[in-house]
Amino acid sequence: MAEILEEAAIREICQAHDCNRARLLDIARAVHKKCGYISGHAMNLIADELSTHRVEVESLVSFYSFLSDKPRGRIVIRLCNDIIDQMNGAQLVGRAFSEELGIDFGRTASDGAITLEHTACIGMCDQAPAALINDVVVTNLSSDKAREIVRELRQHTDPQRLVKHLGDGNNAHELVNSMVQNNVRLPGPSIFSPVNRGEALRKALVMSPAEVIRAIKTARLRGRGGAGFPTGMKWEFARAAPGDRKFVFCNADEGEPGTFKDRAILTERADRVFAGMTIAGYAIGASEGILYLRGEYAYLRPFLEHVLQKRREDGLLGDDIFAAEREPAPPKPAGERDVHRRPGTAGRRPFSFDIRIQMGAGAYVCGEETALINSCEGMRGDPRNRPPFPAQEGFLGCPTVVNNVETLCCAAKILEEGPATFNQYGSEQSSGTKLLSISGDCRRPGIYEVSFGIELSEVLEMCGARDAIAVQVGGASGEMVAPDQYDRTICFDDLCTGGAIMVFGPGRNVLEIARSFMDFFVEESCGYCTPCRVGNVLLRERLEKILDAKGEPADLEYLEALCRTIKTGSRCGLGQTSANPVLTTLKNFRKVYEVMVQEDREGLKRSFDLQRAVAEAEELCGRESIHNHV
Amino acid sequence: MSQSVMFMIDGVQVEGRAGQSILEAAGEAGVYIPRLCYKEGLSPHGSCRVCTVMVNGRPMSACTSPISLGMIVENDSPRVAQLRRDLIEMLFVAGNHFCMFCEKSGDCELQALAYRFGITAPKYPYMFPKREVDASHPDIFIDRNRCILCGRCVRASKELDGKNVFQFVGRSAEKRIAVNGEALADTDAAVTDAAADACPVGAILKKGVGYVVPVGKREYDDKPIGSDIEAKRPAAGS
Repeated sequence: MAEILEEAAIREICQAHDCNRARLLDIARAVHKKCGYISGHAMNLIADELSTHRVEVESLVSFYSFLSDKPRGRIVIRLCNDIIDQMNGAQLVGRAFSEELGIDFGRTASDGAITLEHTACIGMCDQAPAALINDVVVTNLSSDKAREIVRELRQHTDPQRLVKHLGDGNNAHELVNSMVQNNVRLPGPSIFSPVNRGEALRKALVMSPAEVIRAIKTARLRGRGGAGFPTGMKWEFARAAPGDRKFVFCNADEGEPGTFKDRAILTERADRVFAGMTIAGYAIGASEGILYLRGEYAYLRPFLEHVLQKRREDGLLGDDIFAAEREPAPPKPAGERDVHRRPGTAGRRPFSFDIRIQMGAGAYVCGEETALINSCEGMRGDPRNRPPFPAQEGFLGCPTVVNNVETLCCAAKILEEGPATFNQYGSEQSSGTKLLSISGDCRRPGIYEVSFGIELSEVLEMCGARDAIAVQVGGASGEMVAPDQYDRTICFDDLCTGGAIMVFGPGRNVLEIARSFMDFFVEESCGYCTPCRVGNVLLRERLEKILDAKGEPADLEYLEALCRTIKTGSRCGLGQTSANPVLTTLKNFRKVYEVMVQEDREGLKRSFDLQRAVAEAEELCGRESIHNHV
Repeated sequence: MSQSVMFMIDGVQVEGRAGQSILEAAGEAGVYIPRLCYKEGLSPHGSCRVCTVMVNGRPMSACTSPISLGMIVENDSPRVAQLRRDLIEMLFVAGNHFCMFCEKSGDCELQALAYRFGITAPKYPYMFPKREVDASHPDIFIDRNRCILCGRCVRASKELDGKNVFQFVGRSAEKRIAVNGEALADTDAAVTDAAADACPVGAILKKGVGYVVPVGKREYDDKPIGSDIEAKRPAAGS
């Protein structure tokens, strides 16, 4: 009976999504929520409803870490294991969870109620250690708190009831209801400035799309996600690309370890993000937008839906935006151009634009724009081959612009106040302000809005980290900077970053940190191309050998060559940057490596572990190797 | 006739047609660009990266990159060869490849490439992964120990056979080829499928015909892989 009900429920979920193959990720998420996992039988049913194949469903399910094909508990505890959480005691917290539940990580408690897992950075480094319990974020964990959480969950089984104190700002909004703190330590003039709701969009709509793009170009806005591509140029490409249907995507898959700025933007300035998307839509000629929200930020979804709904009600989104303010165009003689345009009353054509939210399901690589597009099409988050670029052929083959959350905020701000105001901040090549997500060994972790061109030393002073022995700028894929380089600046020409600043104080080992980053990349590689799938595993192996005091001087050259191969050979940004933790520590902290390696002597290969080499054979033979007796 | 596009490869002017990939245009001109995941008649995949060339100094996969006027391609150079050698070695250590008792030996593109690049042993440590074998089907078997995840079976099944027998599952180093069912026998795979002939290595093989062609008389036994393409190259000075 239960099976029949479940079958009906699965079919109903598919039908609620119009049995649309492109909505497979949403369908899989819904089925997972309903059934706790996606069984082979469920895959067959979904494939049947969607007129696709079971293996296609399996392919997607197996890709996203939040989806499972094995039974799991109704409650899943995901403890963040990024380096900052580890430094703040995540290991002790993990042990407490493990002991209290009586299970190891990756297991489900014997009563089937609770599953315990590790997860990559969940965007809470400023309040680490943190964990996700289903969609609920719990922060500033300790061993005691972990034990208490398990006891409580066993009693009431409701993760939401774990939230005892609400965070600041909109975290306390009834639709967010979260203990997360924004930790905006330095609100600057752009992103976190007060929003004059509707103003940016109103000003954009009295301009022509070409003028809007020109304003973005005049402001010299470059992408804030880390790559720094000129936004105006991207919009121009998409505008020029042939096609009636175009899309604007907001990339809110903030997965770079150590980055959490978008979390605060979405919590406090969602209206500005949506205004930016709408303006981009107007500029490129799109009427549809998608916000791709990482699965870890699911707790923000009801609130974001609410903001979208309010915008629709207020005429800022949906059909014929600012309809009331639009006067019909006066009839004009044929051939005469409309040169006298009055603000707000122009005879512009109706502009319609709407936004939907696409949830991710735990995959860092989906922050890569073509992977993100694939994910939205209900596929694995494998990046695509380029060309074609998304601005030519993106979502469903249509021209698509993908912009970072912060970039879209900047765009809205530029339209609101004009490019000149935006350009007051920053430098020639790097205009405007940048949000930094600062975490690690510092007194004031959190979000800082600074002008581009700021020196790293000033940043460290600001956050209270004078004694830093190393700073990772740009997250796991960024650069490990040594103290003699703290005079370097945050900008597109020097330390180019999506904004993650991880501070490491005295006593931290940069090799351990690099190894932790390699764990991350090994786990998060989509596995599509050889250098990233295999090379990162090899890099980690050699790093471990060195950390294990078995390294030889030749290993350093081996590492450098391997890094180059991964960087040059990889297909997408993940593999092209995954070797950076090793490459930049080798460059900037060479001595740390050098003291760890030594020449092998007397023909001995220290890295060779005879016992380990014969272990499997011993097991197969059922007897001990004679080398033990020699 | 498509529009002619002139470009340079290793200092030699080559004429291709608009819409061609670098790999195709070079091949027609008798320039062999090593490849594994590419197979004529299938859409390009760009995953093995063995066909990586430098285009105006930037690395790009030749199978997925279209040619353009005046493009400068570097194919046969020490740094490109080193990259390819590394990639081939990675594929060897990531799987369990024992050429001496693999029935594909001599017809295997991975093995042939290793010979072409003079690889006797990889510099990387073997990973010895545990992989599954599927011998459930009466006529075809899958030995994932030898799979290099090129996806040729996936594309051949979809694009040529009109089926959907194979697909990738998992990610990172756990990525593998799965079939549309619990095992291959549950699928509509047939020995006559193009997918059964698409594998460049010994991961998908037909049963009962392993040694019909004896070792010594196999495709790459006496001439290096790519020789057929290089034979098309006009003689110097002609």
